[in-house]
Amino acid sequence: MAEMASVAERVTEEGKAPAMAASTVDLAPAKMAVAHLGLRYGDFSALRDVNLVFPERQVTALIGPSGCGKSTLLRCLNRMNDLVAGCRVTGSVLLDGQDAYRFVDVNDLRRRVGMVFQQPNPFPMSIYDNVAFGPRTHGVKRRADLDEIVERSLRDAAIWDELKDRLRKNALGLSGGQQQRLCIARALAVRPEVLLMDESTSALDPISTAKIEELVRQLRERYTVVMVTHNMLQALRVSDRTAFFLMGEVVEAGPTDDVFTHPRDGRTADYVAGRFG
Amino acid sequence: MRRLSRVLRWLVYAGAALTAAVLLAITGFVLINGIPHLTPSLFEWTYTSDNVSLMPALVGTLLMAALALLMAVPVGVGAAIYLVEYAPRGSRFVRAVRMTSETLQGIPSIIYGLFGMLLFVTALGWGLSLLAGACTLAVMVLPVVVRTTEEALMAVPDGYREGGFALGAGRLRVVARCALPSAAPGILGGVVLALGRCVGEVAALLFTAGTVAQVPDLLGAGPAGLFDSCRTLAVHLYVLASEGLHIDEAYATAVVLLAVVMVLNGVAALATRMMEVRDRG
Repeated sequence: MAEMASVAERVTEEGKAPAMAASTVDLAPAKMAVAHLGLRYGDFSALRDVNLVFPERQVTALIGPSGCGKSTLLRCLNRMNDLVAGCRVTGSVLLDGQDAYRFVDVNDLRRRVGMVFQQPNPFPMSIYDNVAFGPRTHGVKRRADLDEIVERSLRDAAIWDELKDRLRKNALGLSGGQQQRLCIARALAVRPEVLLMDESTSALDPISTAKIEELVRQLRERYTVVMVTHNMLQALRVSDRTAFFLMGEVVEAGPTDDVFTHPRDGRTADYVAGRFG
Repeated sequence: MRRLSRVLRWLVYAGAALTAAVLLAITGFVLINGIPHLTPSLFEWTYTSDNVSLMPALVGTLLMAALALLMAVPVGVGAAIYLVEYAPRGSRFVRAVRMTSETLQGIPSIIYGLFGMLLFVTALGWGLSLLAGACTLAVMVLPVVVRTTEEALMAVPDGYREGGFALGAGRLRVVARCALPSAAPGILGGVVLALGRCVGEVAALLFTAGTVAQVPDLLGAGPAGLFDSCRTLAVHLYVLASEGLHIDEAYATAVVLLAVVMVLNGVAALATRMMEVRDRG
């Protein structure tokens, strides 16, 4: 708890506006937080001194131009960057106040912090097996349990009605939007606490995008969501909080309405107004 | 410019036609000369100097190839899995192994024969035997299996692996459930390539398995039968042709060899198609 408090203090520096950031931090306890996070690929510094909180049951959007580090930050939250050779992380990533980089078992961290990718990436197996993959990985074997998990997850991803009669069909036969919602169901099947979405609608058509945005609005009642998006209107529509990144640093972070309507930094104002990016 | 493109187009057509013609000519020639001499007596269990039965060689071919692949495929696939899935990408070690296996693929098979003779036949004292021949073939096709499996694994989209890792799966599970199933058709293709080289090999076997035309006595003598000398169809064909006394039977053997290769390829193609159907659902 002491560690938690110190992080809360540090993250009040977030966006360099202590008062505003602190007020929202107080409202909802931080599910995840990063403090003084830095990341280097070899000589390239991809993230510098990033401080952010991700309050429980809120949607946080990470926005910024390509290459600004927002996806890299997302991939620190479930340590997917561990898979990248030559990548070094400094500072801390906290999940419920515990340092994610000191987790004994990174697989346990990834179970608790699920991820949906930019390109839908269902496995080349049946719809059922896709959703059951995670639970099976974590030891669920009984058929009845798996059946229940698959149905619950597909319902939570709002795709049960479309797929319930074709669970045995190969997932690669679905449309892109369906595949992405299947991937969300697959991520939800291991009962994560946090859901990371890495531009998860950028490869989809507008109707599929709308469905997933609607889904995210429902998911925030139970999950903490962190989403990277290129689409500022999307951030405005679905997120509670927004962090604006530029060249590996957080320029501004706070409640979405404030960031979009009263940006404190000129660069944020230019970006959300569409003047660059 | 237009004339140049027309000339080039005809050159390409001519190349394609020539290739097809050569293939048809060889196959046709073998079939026409061989089929009339395919008599039931050629399929008798024992070989005598009066009746040069190809049955021992047919059994020898299947045993030799099966044994060689039994050794080369697990080792080769395992090595490729290590190189692609476990070793740090682009590390010096991986590059060294890759270059080595590419070089090994280009070495003439007679060198493998010499190596097999010195190691298995002489140093280990196995004599000219089924086992020495199969081990030599295994060493020879190992780089083929490694390279094709590597290519197949590298062609698996990284999204499958990331999807697995993001669900909290360990590397073993990600490899076994996310990467290998998609790579299976490609790996099978490599196995077929290796099989083809085993079935067609002569030089390496003359030095290591010998040319005795008998079915290895695995049923009677058990594992000791592994140390019997035996010949494959390709070796049989070579011996008959070089003796010059049984040219007709040599052609008949060539027909059987062709048939064996086609059947094995057909089975592999069928297996691949079934896997692809399973994957597409």
